[in-house]
Amino acid sequence: MQLNVNGRSHDLGDIDPSTPLLWVLRDTLGLVGTKYGCGVGQCSACTVHVNGAPVQSCQLPVQSVADQRITTIEGVAGEDGALHPVQQAWIDEDVAQCGYCQAGQIMSAVALLESNPKPTDRDIDSAMSRNICRCGTYNRIRNAIHVAAGQAPKTGSAS
Amino acid sequence: MSYEPKFTIDPYVPDYLKESVAAMNTAAARVSRRQFIKVTGFVGGGLVLGFTMGPGARRAEAQHDAHGAAAAKFTPNAYVQITPDGTVVLYAKNPDVGQGVKTSLPMIVAEELDADWSKVRVEQSVISMELYGPQFAGGSTAIPMNYDILRRAGAVARAMLVSAAAQSLDVPESELTTEPGYVVHARSGRRLGYGELTEQAATLPVPDAASVKLKDPKDFRLLGKRITGVDNVKVVTGQPMFGIDQRLPNMQYATYVKAPAIGARAVSANLDHVKSMPGVKDAFLMEAKGNAIEFNPAGDTMLSGVAIVADSTWAAFRAARELQVQWDESGASSDSWSGAVAEAQRLAGQAPQATLGETGNVDAAFADADKTVEGFYTYPFVSHADLEPQNCTAWCKDDGSVEIWAPTQTPQAAVDAVAALLDVPKDKVTLHQLRGGGGFGRRLANDSVVEVAAISKRIGAPVKAQWSREDDMHFDYYRPGGFHSFKGAIDASGKLAAFEDHFITFTRGGSMPISAATLSPQEFPANVLPNARIAQSAMPSKMPSGPWRAPGSNAIAFAVQSFLHECAVAANRDHLEFLLEIMGEPRWLAPGNPQALNTERAATVIKLAAEKAGWGRTMPRGRGLGLAFHFSHAGHFAEVAEVSVDDNRRLTVHKVTVAGDIGPIVNLSGAENQCQGSVIDGFSTAMGLEITFENGRVEQNNFDRYPILRMNKAPVVDVHFVESDYAPTGVGEPALPPAAPAICNAIYAATGHRVRTLPLTKEGFSV
Repeated sequence: MQLNVNGRSHDLGDIDPSTPLLWVLRDTLGLVGTKYGCGVGQCSACTVHVNGAPVQSCQLPVQSVADQRITTIEGVAGEDGALHPVQQAWIDEDVAQCGYCQAGQIMSAVALLESNPKPTDRDIDSAMSRNICRCGTYNRIRNAIHVAAGQAPKTGSAS
Repeated sequence: MSYEPKFTIDPYVPDYLKESVAAMNTAAARVSRRQFIKVTGFVGGGLVLGFTMGPGARRAEAQHDAHGAAAAKFTPNAYVQITPDGTVVLYAKNPDVGQGVKTSLPMIVAEELDADWSKVRVEQSVISMELYGPQFAGGSTAIPMNYDILRRAGAVARAMLVSAAAQSLDVPESELTTEPGYVVHARSGRRLGYGELTEQAATLPVPDAASVKLKDPKDFRLLGKRITGVDNVKVVTGQPMFGIDQRLPNMQYATYVKAPAIGARAVSANLDHVKSMPGVKDAFLMEAKGNAIEFNPAGDTMLSGVAIVADSTWAAFRAARELQVQWDESGASSDSWSGAVAEAQRLAGQAPQATLGETGNVDAAFADADKTVEGFYTYPFVSHADLEPQNCTAWCKDDGSVEIWAPTQTPQAAVDAVAALLDVPKDKVTLHQLRGGGGFGRRLANDSVVEVAAISKRIGAPVKAQWSREDDMHFDYYRPGGFHSFKGAIDASGKLAAFEDHFITFTRGGSMPISAATLSPQEFPANVLPNARIAQSAMPSKMPSGPWRAPGSNAIAFAVQSFLHECAVAANRDHLEFLLEIMGEPRWLAPGNPQALNTERAATVIKLAAEKAGWGRTMPRGRGLGLAFHFSHAGHFAEVAEVSVDDNRRLTVHKVTVAGDIGPIVNLSGAENQCQGSVIDGFSTAMGLEITFENGRVEQNNFDRYPILRMNKAPVVDVHFVESDYAPTGVGEPALPPAAPAICNAIYAATGHRVRTLPLTKEGFSV
């Protein structure tokens, strides 16, 4: 089976086709940025893009996405390593606490801005409420999305 | 000399952490006075200062040598290394589980070093009591325990760089100043970068940390600013750093299945079937060791269960679903939460089993009361629910040494536990500290570490043991539930004249409550009122319990601060005025002890929160403001919630205004983030979270039945700091306790309904 992740094709050999995409990414391909949180599609820490749409990779048998275009958190920055505006906003607004959910949050936010470049608070809440942040960084996630969309000034954390 | 830190900690912090603080108070000065002055040799033409101590020090040398090994390095102590290119490597000593110490602790060093923060690289230090004293994440203690030590570590390095520059430039030290990354001789206009000075500095004697000159805080360039987390680039690009991300050559993947009834013993299982499943390499029963339901970070205890070892996490998890185990439940818990609630109500109607503390004449004050107010409050067990389920990687090697990769909050205790389990000397156990995806107290316990060490020992290979979400929720050291039967006496002038709390808790059968289920005889407001009595009754429990963010306080504040509002309402008084009156005259209850309430600081934050929230505004029907205050972990915090409640008890928390006094702020961004997260955690937990159990079996096992609050229900959290001149203290915990009572008091203001049972869903509320 072939899997296309972040623009690269991977031969998965005779992998069990029912294996969730999450575990193929993490254990087979070593792309551990995508996180396991609940395994039942509740927390969205495992969010990746399939053909640009955000999906919960813990719920997807790998066979269902063979030959589809998969993007993980490791593939969000440009080829030259330039951060995506959402990633940069996450740094500038110092969103993360433990950081564990943030890959999934960023994948949801990137997908939101691609379909809705100037989201309202309500749009953001609607798109982002599938993702749990146990640390409660929701205020900053919302603000960082506005910053990435050019709708709010940076708060300005030095790095 | 204030160098030796004296720091006592919150009465609700577990004994293990109290011991760590005691060790810090006696050992920190000793450790840091060993001045690391042994010259270990020439490297690339320069001198490297090494360490004069034991195996931990050798590990630290290896840690330091990893950077720029071919060049002259300046390593004045275990926290600082500067290489000739001007790179400053600062070592962060404590585990980071989201509280931000990997950024804030090095900031303190960088401030006194006058480092250029943009050229600082922060690395997690080795785990070594000898080098660093206690290393743990708990009790909001990192800042108060380390602030002075880290300032001096930076100042020592800066002093040596200045001395080196004085020699190089042949000018008196008194003519030199520093700017970030440079020593400056203003008179001649010459500047030397820190990197240019490393070789010279490395030859100098290390000055006494106790007498090195520190900056005047008004000259701080870095502390108090907003600094983004040092690992944020890794976070946003998905780089490996959490426990779950650990991978090793030939690493196996394990899961460890324990009994539904807490404490049951595995007797037999369909191991042959499990071992025949795809990817499964081994499966075996493991015996219980010690008493694993007792919270003990250094304990080499484990529950009985079945280990499944496979070639991937998924293969192990899938096999676990087909595992069938015969459990012997004869020693297991048969506890029932609904039974405990009924028993607590019965006990509340009886005389308390013990009086913990009494001041004044409580009975006389009640006899003279104009009004008596009574309220019975209930809160449930709750789970930590770290988003990264518990996990650990271990490798028991053939030579008897052990390596552990753990996202633990108590790495030194984890080493103790593994050494005891495997009966090897502690210096044979090397623990690599990894980032924790949330902690909240869960990772104080090292049960996941002990389990994987036992599995690795058995199979003789490196192995990562991963708990499923269901395991994580089912096998926690829960925040214990509890019950408070309050009485308050209102005198003819409308004052709170007396207060009584009959606390109903759990024990293992004796009089000592289970972990994190204690009540201090000096709990507020007993510590400020003329007449107060704290009494206790208890019932037996066989459920695991332990510290959960702001232990004790996280639940007591809900009950006490709600009841004090009941008293204010009964007295027909404004809550703000009533609360300030209870605080009384400005005084520090134990002067010099940061863990003692200071009523002046309390009144200041209460007034500030009220002012910032617009206290006293007329609110439309169904909308209200609620106030609460709580002092814990050396932090004074007041919060005002603004809520709406509709006719179907659908709740909206619009905004929570926070006013806190933790002294000077180290990292404004991090501190504010902790407060926002604490309030949202407090609301999330109060709103809909509870762990229930019947017949010893926990009834929740994933987020569908343990609904962590989501973004669309999260309030705006507006944070204000007083920034008083007291010594700086921690902020991982103290902003949490006032959130629930502020919201519940706002619900009363909006509706006239008094919430006495959490979670709010129990009383018909929804979001």
